[in-house]
Amino acid sequence: MAAARRKRLAVWKFASCDGCQLSLLDCEDELLALAEQVEIARFLEASRATISGPYDLSLVEGSITTARDAELIREVRRVSRALVTIGACATAGGIQALRNFKDVREFASIVYATPAYIATLATSTPIAAHVPVDFELRGCPINKRQLLEVITAFINGRRPDTPGHAVCIECKQRGTICVMVARGVPCLGPITHAGCGAICPSFARGCYGCYGPADALNIESLGQAWLRAGVPRGDVMRVLRSFNAGAEPFSKAALDYEDDQS
Amino acid sequence: MKTIKVDYLARVEGDGALRIRFRGDHVRDVELRIFEPPRFFEAFLRGRSFGEVPDITARICGICPVAYQMSSCRALEDALEVRVTPHIDQLRRLLYCGEWVESHALHMFLLHAPDFLGYPDAMAMARDHREIVVRGLQIKKAGNAIVSAVGGREVHPVNVKVGGFYRTPAREEMEKLAAQLEAARDAALEALERMARFDFPDFNRDYEFVALRGAEDYPFIGNRIVSNRGLDIEAAEYDQAFVEQQVPHSHALHSTVRGRGAYLCGPMARFNLNFERLRPLAQDAARRARIPLPCRNPFMSLLVRAVETVHALDEALRLLGVIDWSAESSVAVRPRACAGYGASEAPRGLLYHRYHLDDSGRVLDAKIVPPTSQNQLSIEHDLRELAAQMVRLTHDEATVLAERAIRNYDPCISCATHFLDLAIERE
Repeated sequence: MAAARRKRLAVWKFASCDGCQLSLLDCEDELLALAEQVEIARFLEASRATISGPYDLSLVEGSITTARDAELIREVRRVSRALVTIGACATAGGIQALRNFKDVREFASIVYATPAYIATLATSTPIAAHVPVDFELRGCPINKRQLLEVITAFINGRRPDTPGHAVCIECKQRGTICVMVARGVPCLGPITHAGCGAICPSFARGCYGCYGPADALNIESLGQAWLRAGVPRGDVMRVLRSFNAGAEPFSKAALDYEDDQS
Repeated sequence: MKTIKVDYLARVEGDGALRIRFRGDHVRDVELRIFEPPRFFEAFLRGRSFGEVPDITARICGICPVAYQMSSCRALEDALEVRVTPHIDQLRRLLYCGEWVESHALHMFLLHAPDFLGYPDAMAMARDHREIVVRGLQIKKAGNAIVSAVGGREVHPVNVKVGGFYRTPAREEMEKLAAQLEAARDAALEALERMARFDFPDFNRDYEFVALRGAEDYPFIGNRIVSNRGLDIEAAEYDQAFVEQQVPHSHALHSTVRGRGAYLCGPMARFNLNFERLRPLAQDAARRARIPLPCRNPFMSLLVRAVETVHALDEALRLLGVIDWSAESSVAVRPRACAGYGASEAPRGLLYHRYHLDDSGRVLDAKIVPPTSQNQLSIEHDLRELAAQMVRLTHDEATVLAERAIRNYDPCISCATHFLDLAIERE
């Protein structure tokens, strides 16, 4: 048998803040070891050298917002054995999916004097709306430990271990006293996907849902609790319509809390 | 007609392209094209509550989210007539030190240094110069440790709010950082010495440098915007002093000083305008590295970033010793109809925010001017001057030189889109 070829990794970027691919460079203790284990064949943020595909694993950051990107993602899928989305933009459309609820021409005219020069689609959509996706890693931004788990799992041919339960479980694991029960702070933890490590409640604030919807969730029940705590309807709508506005459970539930300002 | 064209600029944050067109040996035009797709932050901020703004604007940039949080807090606090306590100012400064260190180390060691040693990337550079990369990662990790300890996580910190912080970090957590920061400060001093021996192209231009000026301290968050050509204004006067224009070839708006033209913000501008406000250790290190003052060579921005890294680590250590870890983490904020202006020094330069709020505290209008869009015209001017040398180079050599000229600015294209493929056309 021939010596095992190093697996080829590619990193791609669409509409995004670069924060999720930065998480790979933020693995300061593991980066050089990782570069020995896998061939980082395309990572423009880090290198001017690119090796053409096919790639064993493509990590995709960002959402699709232009006709050019809608073409490019199909090309990425063709040259990738496995395609994994990293972060809320690639998985749910990101904060820029707020355009989906408004007229994008109006948005362009607010920012640009000559909106006609701006090449953009009316919507910001997740990668899975365009091509089949093998795995979606949640978070705005992703957690770098989870990123290493996903890369390790794919190069070894197993499923990544990234639990889909709510942030509440992570609060219990780290021993954080519930901010909602003990102090009445509105928290999205009960409906939000784990993975961050329940950071916000450890800083005395409520979760704001940047990892998107948990696998099992009851938004209506939590919404009622927020309203009972005196949160205005419109604020419930806006917190659901933020970094994961395009995730279906959040986008559907947000409609129930629209106010006259929506 | 000869064209030099770089379709995807590497080792920059975001997507951009460059086209240079020649007629004979004469440069016809230089276009830095930012095609990073626009995300329309200023549009969807409308209607959001002021309290949501720092979390939303952080998402403009994964590399400098603290800058966006700090400029928006400052502008909103200006609007809402909120004065934060000296304790909150110190904690913000500490958080900002962490972001400068993490962002500068990323750029110096992983993105910029390979240009000087002739490698395509830090991973290839590490095969021959492992110690440089290891040292860089150590410094970067120290910066990230500050951001995580104060902000909760490296990318998009959660602890920042209008009026201060959700919680003052615990003394025990913070005191643990000191040894790591001291080691990183030594590593940054060594790296500056090593990098000062790199070969710097002989290239100087007479820029208008624009930066904040602090009363006593090297600027992070501030109100006074100054230049080496007499500009001296408050943040509230920004819109009168500067003009933002849209150009057909870019999704980033071009900024100019009204009536004068291109200017430069970022590490070189801060260094030239605030040298005597650097920590004494950083001033001494800059002198030993023989960085000219003023420094007008954009390739030497690598050394200036190293000086700022020494400064930020030394300042963070000072702050660790003086911050009262039992003080109140925030002050009360009440909504009202108002307008406010704020500026801070992102790692890449001046970051200006302006907001109008209604009486319930909802955003009516937002304006955000990131450093890379302010520097875009200066980058094009640098390239125009360098293009004369490019005519005599092979296409590959010209491409490397053009990319280097752009990377001098550590352009953050994700932020500026509202960036870069090199095309050189020769007629």
